[in-house]
Amino acid sequence: MFNLLSPVRGGVHPASHKDRSSALTIATAPLPERLYLPLRQHAGADALPVVRLGDKVLKGQLIAAAASEVSAPVHASSSGRVVAIGPVTAPHPSGLAANGIVIECDGDDRWIDVDLPSDPFSQEPMALADRVAQAGIVGLGGAIFPAAVKLKQGARHEIKTVLLNGSECEPYLTTDDRLMRERAEQIVDGARLIQHILRAYRIVIAIEDNKPEAIAAMRAASEPYGAIEVEVVPALYPMGSAKQLIQEITGREVPAEGRSTSVGVLVHNVGTVFAIQQALRYGRPLISRVVTVAGGCVARPRNVETRVGVPVQNLLDFCGGLTEVPAQLLMGGPMMGMVLPNAQVPIIKGATGVLALNRHEVPRDDASPCIRCARCVEACPMGLMPLEMAAHARADSFDGADDYGLKDCILCGSCAYVCPSHIPLVHYFQYAMGEQDARRSAEKKNDYTRQLMEQRQLRLEQEEAARAAAKAKKRKPTATTTEAAP
Amino acid sequence: MSHQPASAPHAHDRSSVSRIMLHVCLALTPCTAFGIYIFGWPALFLWLTTCVTAVAIEALCLRVGGQPLRRLLDGSALLTGWLIALSIPPWAPWWIGAGGALFAISIGKHLYGGIGQNLFNPAMLARIALLIAFPVQMTSWALPLPIGSEQAPGFAEALAISFGGAPVADSFTGATALGHLRTSFTLHQDARDVLAQDFSLIEAVVGRTAGSLGETSELLVLLGGLWLLALRIISWEVPVAMLLGVALPSLLANLVAPEHYAGPLFHLSSGGLLLGALFIATDPVTSPAGRSAKLVFGAGCGLVIFIIRNWGTFPEAVGFAVLFMNALTPLLDRYLRPRVYGRLPGGKPLQAASPTARVKQPGKT
Ligand code: SF4
Ligand code: SF4
Repeated sequence: MFNLLSPVRGGVHPASHKDRSSALTIATAPLPERLYLPLRQHAGADALPVVRLGDKVLKGQLIAAAASEVSAPVHASSSGRVVAIGPVTAPHPSGLAANGIVIECDGDDRWIDVDLPSDPFSQEPMALADRVAQAGIVGLGGAIFPAAVKLKQGARHEIKTVLLNGSECEPYLTTDDRLMRERAEQIVDGARLIQHILRAYRIVIAIEDNKPEAIAAMRAASEPYGAIEVEVVPALYPMGSAKQLIQEITGREVPAEGRSTSVGVLVHNVGTVFAIQQALRYGRPLISRVVTVAGGCVARPRNVETRVGVPVQNLLDFCGGLTEVPAQLLMGGPMMGMVLPNAQVPIIKGATGVLALNRHEVPRDDASPCIRCARCVEACPMGLMPLEMAAHARADSFDGADDYGLKDCILCGSCAYVCPSHIPLVHYFQYAMGEQDARRSAEKKNDYTRQLMEQRQLRLEQEEAARAAAKAKKRKPTATTTEAAP
Repeated sequence: MSHQPASAPHAHDRSSVSRIMLHVCLALTPCTAFGIYIFGWPALFLWLTTCVTAVAIEALCLRVGGQPLRRLLDGSALLTGWLIALSIPPWAPWWIGAGGALFAISIGKHLYGGIGQNLFNPAMLARIALLIAFPVQMTSWALPLPIGSEQAPGFAEALAISFGGAPVADSFTGATALGHLRTSFTLHQDARDVLAQDFSLIEAVVGRTAGSLGETSELLVLLGGLWLLALRIISWEVPVAMLLGVALPSLLANLVAPEHYAGPLFHLSSGGLLLGALFIATDPVTSPAGRSAKLVFGAGCGLVIFIIRNWGTFPEAVGFAVLFMNALTPLLDRYLRPRVYGRLPGGKPLQAASPTARVKQPGKT
């Protein structure tokens, strides 16, 4: 497929399915009995618990601290008591548990005292970035990369454009759409705060042309300020991918193996920007988010503002329950979302949606051999050759797969979406990437072991040499001694 | 392969191999129907025999190869048979069609491992094999005698022609326009005179000329091809490059030496060129995947056709040209890849922007 009007190559046009959930305002989900808070809801290291079993916690209280530079803290999303610290069901298709903290809510939902920050615009950029870090904010578009790390990295470069990603190209999902319609002012405020942190020249808010209301709301909200533009981009999947959006807006490509900062752009999802604004203006950590609950099996699809840690089942119930047994339960959108093993999985910071799809919505045809039709090549927004990558990955020839583009693959799934042979291309890519990673870390380990060996060898030799030297020294005065001391 | 990992994406555009193949067959229907009308009952019998044999052999090969029989439904064997039927003389005896289908499916496709694995276009492989093995039968082209016209063979007569080995009177057969030009060329006649006598553009485009089923009505072939293009079942690169690959050199040659070389219009409207460009060279399995590779592939096909038609010994060249370029497809795929996002054409990463302006807080890097 070629888009004559857009610099973005390839891409696909999946049916949007957005109408039902985008028609209703954001509702607020009720307080659950228990909150399940995994320690890793972000890219990077697990957060470290700072509460003990039985502790009373207040809403917004820090319960697990960031473990390293790339990590994010976790806060209690309501008041109550810590009843367990240990394995909780994690959002992962395997259903394996991950470590987390379970809070039994007391129903008061009482906030911890937050120190209301003074006017953030008068503060040092780095102090603001630290505040964002303390609020535990991660990329809410699904990327879950700690927002503060991005801000701090960006502050070291010349950032021309703060790019707000409101494209929301995944089918079904309408959280960003609703957020922009209902909270446009806060988002614009947040964008200006980010601009202040980065000392960026301008702000661009990119919205797909299928969201006219959001476009109008954002235009109105940014009216009073200069250097903010709302740019309408064509509805095309994966327009919401940072690389593609930068290409669309600036006409430039992010160099391979590089960051978007190297083309002077920093991309943040509009939901993340809202969270940043809440943290900087009101001192609120990230403890809730908007989630689209939709799919053919959901009785009343809509957007729900929910606390992090609420089981998916509660949200499904809140939306009228399920009308039939779903063929697939997903967290995120259908293109890149993750299969949930069951509905007990808690909502995490990166959960953009909960989809209960019926069997007509999830096509699962058996795979047949590749006919080399090149549709995947045409659909790939990165200019890769998915058919060759998959063929090599299947044959465990990972270097071959890399050679045909695996290292540049963003796992967007456009290729698998159009494959007439229904080949699970992304599955092969994930497999190959995992193997590559494992191999690389094994190599690193080997290297490390070898280094240790070499160092030991060197040390032994040096010791040997030193001993020999000492012996020789000793021998000089008493030349008759033949036996050396051991 | 029936195990389906539940990995993303959980959505699909609902395309399938069988839908692609059946659409191609549908696109071939108008020109086939017209061809059958023009060449009468024998053409129908031959077409039926070829298609049925192809499907039967496919079933057998799947069985023997231990592949799931449901692959029969992908329609690829039907399409191969169909393309063979379109590219052999319509009054050829049944065993030409059946033999071609047998060869194409068993040797041309399943010997390589079945669908998607073959290096060469099976239909063209069969056509060339037939041409070499049975030159007489493969070059006796029936003259158009539409069903119902006076001299057209009746049903029984047609059965005798297709299945009974009845000889076809010489008066019913003729040379194709290309064949004629070829013969005249060797007799040192002026191309212009030959064409003036023998070739009428209108007739060629509409399809009332001697030739194979699919070589006759260029108009209907074009129509089917355009439909496939509109549905994005085939892409434009190969057909356009291939037609240009024939048209440009022939235009040039015709300008330089009109007494030796026919012009582009003659070439474009004769032989299986359009069918080849739209339906045969675009076969996904045997053509390259990247855009530039497709363009080179198409242009190469066109150029080889031009060369063979003008200087080679066979008057018809599409089959040879396609097979020749098929052989180069793996190379083209390897060396002419799309440019990767964020990389230069060779694969090196793009340079980061103005490195001088990058560090804002020198102390912090
Ligand atoms: S889309 Fe599927 S069948 Fe077509 S070339 Fe790609 S992997 Fe092969
Ligand atoms: S998943 Fe990878 S290979 Fe497939 S279209 Fe997306 S970037 Fe290209």
